[in-house]
Amino acid sequence: MAVSESSAVGVAGYEAPQRLSAIAGVKGHAAVERREFVRFAPLYRVLHACMIVSFLTLALTGLSLKFSYTAWAPKLSRLFGGFETAGYVHRFAALVMFGTVIAHIVGLVRQKRRSGASWKTVLLGPDSLLPTKQDGREFVATVKWFVGLGPRPEYGRWTYWEKFDYFAVFWGIVVIGSTGLTLWFPVFFTRFVPGPFINIATIIHSDEALLATGFIFTVHFFNTHLRPEKFPMDTTIFTGHMPLAELKRDKPREYAALMANGELEQHLEEPQPEIVVKVVRGFAWTALTIGFCVVVWIVYAMIFAYR
Amino acid sequence: MKRYAVTAAIVWLLCAVSLAAPRPIADQKVSNDDCLACHGDKSMTTKRGGRTVSLFVEQKKFGGSVHGSLSCTNCHADLEGKELPHSTPLAKVNCGNCHSDEAQQHAKSLHGKAIAKGDSLAPRCVNCHGNHDIVPVKDPRSAVAPLKVPFVCGQCHREGTPVQMNRSIEQHNILENYSESIHGEGLLKKGLVVAANCASCHTAHSILPHTDPNSSINRRNIATTCTKCHANIEQVHRKTIRGELWEKQSNNLPACVDCHQPHKVRNVFYSQGMADADCMRCHANASLKSADGRSMQVNLDDLGGSRHVKVACSQCHSEVNASRVRPCETITKKVDCTACHEAIGQQYVLSVHGKLHAQGDANAPFCKDCHGAHHVLGKHNPESMTFATNVPDLCARCHREGQKAAVRYTGAQHEIVSNYNESIHGKGLLKSGLTVTATCTSCHTAHGELPASDPESTVNAKNVPNTCGTCHHGIEEQFLQSVHSPTQTKTDAKLPTCKDCHSAHSINRTDKDQFKLGIMGTCGKCHEKIAETYFETYHGKVSRLGFTKTAKCYDCHGAHDIQKVTDPRSHLSRANVVNTCKKCHSDATRRFAGYLTHATHHDPKKYPFLYLTFWGMTALLIGTFAISGLHTLLWFPRAFQMRRELREAEARAAADEHGNDEESEEGKNGGK
Repeated sequence: MAVSESSAVGVAGYEAPQRLSAIAGVKGHAAVERREFVRFAPLYRVLHACMIVSFLTLALTGLSLKFSYTAWAPKLSRLFGGFETAGYVHRFAALVMFGTVIAHIVGLVRQKRRSGASWKTVLLGPDSLLPTKQDGREFVATVKWFVGLGPRPEYGRWTYWEKFDYFAVFWGIVVIGSTGLTLWFPVFFTRFVPGPFINIATIIHSDEALLATGFIFTVHFFNTHLRPEKFPMDTTIFTGHMPLAELKRDKPREYAALMANGELEQHLEEPQPEIVVKVVRGFAWTALTIGFCVVVWIVYAMIFAYR
Repeated sequence: MKRYAVTAAIVWLLCAVSLAAPRPIADQKVSNDDCLACHGDKSMTTKRGGRTVSLFVEQKKFGGSVHGSLSCTNCHADLEGKELPHSTPLAKVNCGNCHSDEAQQHAKSLHGKAIAKGDSLAPRCVNCHGNHDIVPVKDPRSAVAPLKVPFVCGQCHREGTPVQMNRSIEQHNILENYSESIHGEGLLKKGLVVAANCASCHTAHSILPHTDPNSSINRRNIATTCTKCHANIEQVHRKTIRGELWEKQSNNLPACVDCHQPHKVRNVFYSQGMADADCMRCHANASLKSADGRSMQVNLDDLGGSRHVKVACSQCHSEVNASRVRPCETITKKVDCTACHEAIGQQYVLSVHGKLHAQGDANAPFCKDCHGAHHVLGKHNPESMTFATNVPDLCARCHREGQKAAVRYTGAQHEIVSNYNESIHGKGLLKSGLTVTATCTSCHTAHGELPASDPESTVNAKNVPNTCGTCHHGIEEQFLQSVHSPTQTKTDAKLPTCKDCHSAHSINRTDKDQFKLGIMGTCGKCHEKIAETYFETYHGKVSRLGFTKTAKCYDCHGAHDIQKVTDPRSHLSRANVVNTCKKCHSDATRRFAGYLTHATHHDPKKYPFLYLTFWGMTALLIGTFAISGLHTLLWFPRAFQMRRELREAEARAAADEHGNDEESEEGKNGGK
């Protein structure tokens, strides 16, 4: 809670100058840390990139079919080599996404083993991604902050919206994945369910996909990249690094915990080389742009061309 | 004396023997009186083939007939030695026993051959000559006397008789035409028995078809036949026949009947005495002009290669008068081709072209507009305007967009010619050179064109399947059994015909994408709802994307053999549906076939589960977006505030660090 005692606490309820000191650190101020906080291990950076690629691919190939009545759909489908090839690409991307999920879970298990923490700590500790009572309290506090009834809450490693995003993906993969498999192997699945389930699977698959793409390309983009204070993007998930000042400002509770048990030092690393940052930005910009275009397309298809 | 007596006795004996010789035979024979004992009774009848036939023989007539001196058994030879009264019907009388020449001729003739084949309509001796009352041919009472011959032949060769209707006889109205001809008039009206009657040309017993080289009316023989009477006719034909060539090489020259139609010999096509050379005396001149300035020159080479190479000028330009110095000055009408091409003329008169022409419409095409004038080539000649590959261009002269027929046309068909040229028929004809491909005339006919609205038109909706079926016969058979055929579906609604799906002129290849992707719209013209819902399912969406490797209407419902799905013959009937799915989904099962190919989630009554699923998902979607959207909106002001304060702090820090280098601005500053 040392942070909150700092001098320049603005109305927004965070410590603005700290960010500056991080910048100043480059110039060699002795008191300022030059290194950055490692928020994501390399595995998760790669997995997120895989997720982006497969998700965008799935969205483009899938939506071209869903919105086949729009003028753009046939062109997009042709870009992917025709509906047949687009279908193969779609299923390949689905496999990549399944692989990503499996790799993520394996990664989590291995991380748990390495840390030697108990399941209880991992699942219910402060760094857990599972929703806790604290999340409920923070949500209420956030709403109060939004309407001017209180300060910005002291978020921990994972905010409640980050947890929502995380589980939305899990939910989406289960729902879209299972219905997708049904559509992939309709003859096999109709051994167990009647034919019209294929129709139902189609509706669920496509509407859940609409929800997923719509959510990721608007809410997730805003929450992480487009928030005015982070505009135009937050590269943390790509580089894995977060300026220390940002950690202090955005995740004060995590920072405080790290300071308290003196573990901060082992989470600090030299900044990524310039070239890596540039590549990362290029990649992220591409993904963002495609995402925005898809949103525009969805809005157009849903509102102006809906059938 | 004794010698004389012996001689006289021998002579007498011989005479007696010779006179007496028949007697014993005559004694064994049945006498005519024996026969007439029964057959002299007028009331004597018998039943033959269910009909009552009189068996009465009038003794007086028989006695007066040419056979009056013969006994009954001379002809009815099978009665010889039979017990009387005989019960069995007698064998047919064989006249050939005595009249062997005539019998042989008859046997070789058309009639005799027909009898040999068992044709019940073929005439025997008795049919023309009668039986017991036959008198000499020269006797005016004879059934085959010249005045009666037309009626004897006419028994069978009149219009409406079984022979005329059922046997292939190319000539029509034979009797009527004959009676109006110069021969018929001479014979029948003027009683001129030397005038030619049927037998004069056809012979009495050797009647043969004109195609038979031995026939008296064969091209090679007709001159001989006619010159039997018209012995000096070549003098009349001096110009065409060049001396005696007519008789010696009659096959190289027009035969009599080419000009003087058989049976209507009076209606000659041209004035006697006109020949091409007479015409060419003026018309070979290049400077010959008509009153309105057209060149009147005729190039005989044009005629040379034409179908009318053997036709004389005056046969077509028929009103010439040979007695004039300028024979053609009597011509008042244009050439009328129907004098020879009568059947075609009748079609033309009823066609829209013919009707317009009759109205004096200047745009209406007449024979020569399509066939040319002197250089008429048959439709089998590639040079001909009417040769298959040239037909589209020929019709296009008027029917191409902007041309005179297209301009006045008010129907729905446009760009007819260019559409045709790009169609499967047009490409087949013009690119692949397939002369059997359908051209304009294949569907519209060559001479009987009628607008599609006319029920008689070959392209009228009700006749279209038949018209297309001329070539696509197998398809027509399928179609006529399908739900779209009026023979199967009784409805007031309009049923589709070939052209509604395939179009009239721009007929696409059905294996090309354009057709495959268009078919849903085509079926959707009538099956609007079902086509719409098709596009809500996978198959429909894929085809919307422009890809054809997915089930389209006809893949499941069939193309020409469409039946109601409730019909066991339907590709989608319970028994067939799985196999239909298997065409693409090789491992399809009955359950799999339960997929709703026309499902919509907008119909709560028909598809309640889909409807509920859709609105459930939509509620989830709207709920999620409402909450997170509100969250984001509320966040905005705070986020902006944060940004502002961050900037201010940065600016302050920058001021504090006045004088420091600027490089630090770039780098890890996520804000900018």
